[in-house]
Amino acid sequence: MTETVKDSIKMVDIYVMGKRYTVPETLTIIDAMEYAGYRLTRGCGCRAGFCGACATVYRIAGDYELKVGLACQTKVEEGMYLAQLPFFPGRKATYDLEEIKPSAAYFAQLYPEIYRCLGCSSCSKVCPQDIDVMQYIAYIQRGEFAKAADISFDCLMCGLCVSRCPVNIVHYNAALTARRLFGRYIANADPFLAERTKAIDAGELDAEIEEMMAADKEKLQEMYNNREIEK
Amino acid sequence: MKKVEESRTSRVGVNYPRMSPQERRDVLEKFHPDYIEDGFREIKVGVDKGARLPNEMADVFESWSRLRHVDIDLRAEPEYDVDVLVIGGGGAGASAALEAHGAGADVLVTTKLRFGDANTMMAQGGIQAADKESDTPAIHYLDVVGGGRFDNVPELARALVRDAPLSIKWLEDMGTMFDKHDDGTTITGHGGGTSRKRMHTARDYTGAEIMRTLRDEVYNKGITVVDFSPAVELILDKNGRAAGAVLYNLETEQYLVARAKTVIIATGGSGRLHYRGFPTSNHYGATADGLIIGYRAGAKTIYADSIQYHPTGGAYPPQLLGLLVTEKTRGLGATPLNIKGEQFVYHLETRDVESSAIIRECEERELGVPLPTGITAVWLDSPLIEMTHGEGTIERQLPAMLRQFHRFDVDIRKEPMLIYPTLHYQNGGLLIDDQARSSVENLFAAGETTGGIHGTNRLMGNSLLDIIVFGRRAGRSAAEKSKDMTAPEELNLDHLISYHRELEQTEAADGRIGPMLLPHYTHR
Repeated sequence: MTETVKDSIKMVDIYVMGKRYTVPETLTIIDAMEYAGYRLTRGCGCRAGFCGACATVYRIAGDYELKVGLACQTKVEEGMYLAQLPFFPGRKATYDLEEIKPSAAYFAQLYPEIYRCLGCSSCSKVCPQDIDVMQYIAYIQRGEFAKAADISFDCLMCGLCVSRCPVNIVHYNAALTARRLFGRYIANADPFLAERTKAIDAGELDAEIEEMMAADKEKLQEMYNNREIEK
Repeated sequence: MKKVEESRTSRVGVNYPRMSPQERRDVLEKFHPDYIEDGFREIKVGVDKGARLPNEMADVFESWSRLRHVDIDLRAEPEYDVDVLVIGGGGAGASAALEAHGAGADVLVTTKLRFGDANTMMAQGGIQAADKESDTPAIHYLDVVGGGRFDNVPELARALVRDAPLSIKWLEDMGTMFDKHDDGTTITGHGGGTSRKRMHTARDYTGAEIMRTLRDEVYNKGITVVDFSPAVELILDKNGRAAGAVLYNLETEQYLVARAKTVIIATGGSGRLHYRGFPTSNHYGATADGLIIGYRAGAKTIYADSIQYHPTGGAYPPQLLGLLVTEKTRGLGATPLNIKGEQFVYHLETRDVESSAIIRECEERELGVPLPTGITAVWLDSPLIEMTHGEGTIERQLPAMLRQFHRFDVDIRKEPMLIYPTLHYQNGGLLIDDQARSSVENLFAAGETTGGIHGTNRLMGNSLLDIIVFGRRAGRSAAEKSKDMTAPEELNLDHLISYHRELEQTEAADGRIGPMLLPHYTHR
């Protein structure tokens, strides 16, 4: 960083678990913690908004509202008081996908607490992916797994919904089971896939590959450069 | 940006010509970092002594063990004693664990960060498989080896394409949700270098969808997973065969011994070594740990000097630097443009060629877009997608991209993105055969830590495939091998003594300790 660029960057004060650090305002929370000297183990994963490892709770000085975000996807602000959630001990029901069925009755055995939902919508409000969490819980209650699978799809399983639920629903695990039920039992199977896997298991497609394996580099290059490309 | 907007209408539906084989070769040799010699050196120690490696990877190979001054009691009862030890909790490790468990083995999975925190989780674009009538595994094979600059190990490429449809079936049977039409027909598209539409997707969360399904299934099967406990060295038995690993609990800072009849390394890649100072799209934990512990134990490598730069990494705003802009964005028709709003390369060349062309546009031709952060970039015209396929396409097909840029106030439906190549993938690694066996007995490997499958350039959608295909093969091979074995005897770390002796003689280590485990990003 050249001095001129450095001078032009505004610095802000943030408070990591109560301790004050002065950091450039352009940084995300993750980068700011590292700038401040932290070497992260928990609370840091893909650093690109996919893994859900860095759920963070924060409050801006002077405000009473507790906000949440992914530390790798949220910029620091002046007066930000923050703490990361290192782990959330939510329950996961274990099951044999081949033994259960996509019905509300089966689901109730795995996650009975979903029927205790009060409709407070805290889960939806807190979701950093803007998923309507309460709505998919309602769909699951009614056994509408296709709809639940669709709207819960972008879930990163960060656990913030669970942290706010007054009746201890583990939304993200329920949603994952709903999606797997949809994928396994409700979505139609590809009409050609089974035929192709059967042909492979029978070794019917091996000869064609082996012919290419036997070809020398020049021959392969020629085949490659002249191959037909599907529009 | 104005120039991009002005020329957009005239560019709809117009196809920029592909490069000829000669043009491809020229741009690679002149601009691809793999060809820039001062980025490489010959390593002085180990089984591949004299091999060419990127400097940053050579630094890891030429390092002292973390156990150099630590006493580990290998005669005491080990903390873990299993048939199969899987090192790494990404897609390859999870697939291996499921198959080994399914074959009747007692399995332990150990991982550095959380189970599932891996590059798998971040793979957006898709997974290839020749499962349409217009396609065959042989056509897929030709794409793989052509894209791989004909350097691929043929047996490994065969395994990859042959098992591909079986892998899709395996994932679907576990309830993985691939994008489909109502009748069940899978929706597939192109990626760079594909000759058939065989890219299977789950919106742009393909890897995340696969990873969370695999992880859920590992938990359902009751397989033991120990997280925040990376393996820091392999343990060998009296005959020099792999027999377990020393784990390091990052939280209690204790070393623990895991004894195993067979070991699978599935630790992923190395983007966080930041070769040549490039930003990376990789996971925080991608520091080549498995590569070095395998190498110290005598496992050979192949093409470890071949690194993939993804053509479209985020360049601006600074919070998105290095972030992967999925190749699906180009698959849907977004094109790269220079500062004049002109296209300068066909948008679906293979990744190595596309990256080199972008570097050439910025460096040699000086037609990049200069940014306030001091770097240059090119445009990627995402609004063209909406003009070509209709409004709402981006929201439906690229929800993660839309959301990530939106968080930093860029609406990619209306504005083009700013991109520059980002460090993405380690093409080479530990040498394996088509049963995922390394050159050390009882040591197996799968996923990005291995080499040979993709030659010296991997195609989009073949790494998610690779981790499933070779993860499963490794799991089955390791379980099978462990069946007739008794518990390994006379566990030792003697290979470290000879490795250290070589380091002393060559003075190569310079105080470095490996594996790195976590990158250093603290402010200096």
